[in-house]
Amino acid sequence: MSVPLTLLGLLEREPSHGYDLKRDYDALFGRGRPLPFGQLYSTLGRLARDGKVVVGETEAGAGPDRKRYVITDQGATEFEAWLREPVEAEPHLQTVLFAKVTLALMLGRDAEAYLDAQRAAHLQRMRELTEVKRGGGLVDALLADHGLFHLEADLRWIDLTTARLDALRTEVRS
Amino acid sequence: MTAAVEALDVRFSFGSTPALRDATVAVEAGEILAVMGPSGSGKSTLLHCLAGILVPDGGEIRVAGRRTDDLPEAERSALRRDRFGFVFQFGQLVPELTAEENVALPLLLAGVRRREALVRARGWFERLDLGGLEQRRSGELSGGQAQRVALARGMVAEPEVLFADEPTGALDSLTGEHVMDMLVGTARERGTTVVLVTHEARVAAYADREVVVRDGRVVSLTPAAGRP
Repeated sequence: MSVPLTLLGLLEREPSHGYDLKRDYDALFGRGRPLPFGQLYSTLGRLARDGKVVVGETEAGAGPDRKRYVITDQGATEFEAWLREPVEAEPHLQTVLFAKVTLALMLGRDAEAYLDAQRAAHLQRMRELTEVKRGGGLVDALLADHGLFHLEADLRWIDLTTARLDALRTEVRS
Repeated sequence: MTAAVEALDVRFSFGSTPALRDATVAVEAGEILAVMGPSGSGKSTLLHCLAGILVPDGGEIRVAGRRTDDLPEAERSALRRDRFGFVFQFGQLVPELTAEENVALPLLLAGVRRREALVRARGWFERLDLGGLEQRRSGELSGGQAQRVALARGMVAEPEVLFADEPTGALDSLTGEHVMDMLVGTARERGTTVVLVTHEARVAAYADREVVVRDGRVVSLTPAAGRP
């Protein structure tokens, strides 16, 4: 999962302190692997250097956590592009898919359109692998099957998530 | 380009339960279209409307540009017999007939002489890897063999459109793959248009394009060939 883009997504919601970003990141995306403070601030530093966030004035009661980070137009554009674009269809994408759906729901974006785009990308890759199978030998077929079964598992997850979007939206935004 | 078969704003209800709500889809000639969707989404109802088995409550069905939903039942029946082929989930072979008689059935119903119908039917047994099974009855065939016999029956009259409703739904992965290879290979060889209803992504991956039926509406994920 892309930590910089996920942080941009959290900042797209509202300007935040580093501590708040870590808390939300760990709660939504950490899943037992909290984001180290060192990685958080180095990532925010790179985002600021690249013009994707700006660091606000140090607030009263100053400490490293009293700086508020604000996403820039450039950062928002990059996040938006990432959110819209289906991930290249390959196995083991669940964390990226999960992050995109969760952030889209949190920000009131069209998660169903994203899932449909991802579903189309997955099926296109499955069509390509099916053609490989039909035109190749048994070894090609075995390799293609491995990809097909994993992509199919992702697609089942996409179907189930699509069916649960309303309930998920309520949970993520509560 | 005129679609081989299309639904325009089709509505259909079972009693007070709507199954299709303004469903629109066009299948180009020679195209293999997968119709996907969860159970109860309306995908089989859409197939039945396109094939003239069900008459929509509203909207239009067109076959090669000609409206068909307002035809009398006798004409729709002739349309199904002469221009369409069908493969269903459980084959639905006639148990009293041999495999070759089952395959010959659409020809016999179309008035082809029995001898000629059986000769044409037998040609399909080698083609679909069914050689030697001509005299078996459906109870003596494996699931995969029965489904290939059903495919032969669907294709024997050289239909313009083959409607396949969950053709591998009752088969294991390997057998289902074999049936799909045969179905797609045969359709491509002959330029047959195929409407393939399936809930399995690996089956849909044999198609050129897919649409999803969701709450009775058709969602197109990729543009049709030749259409923006």
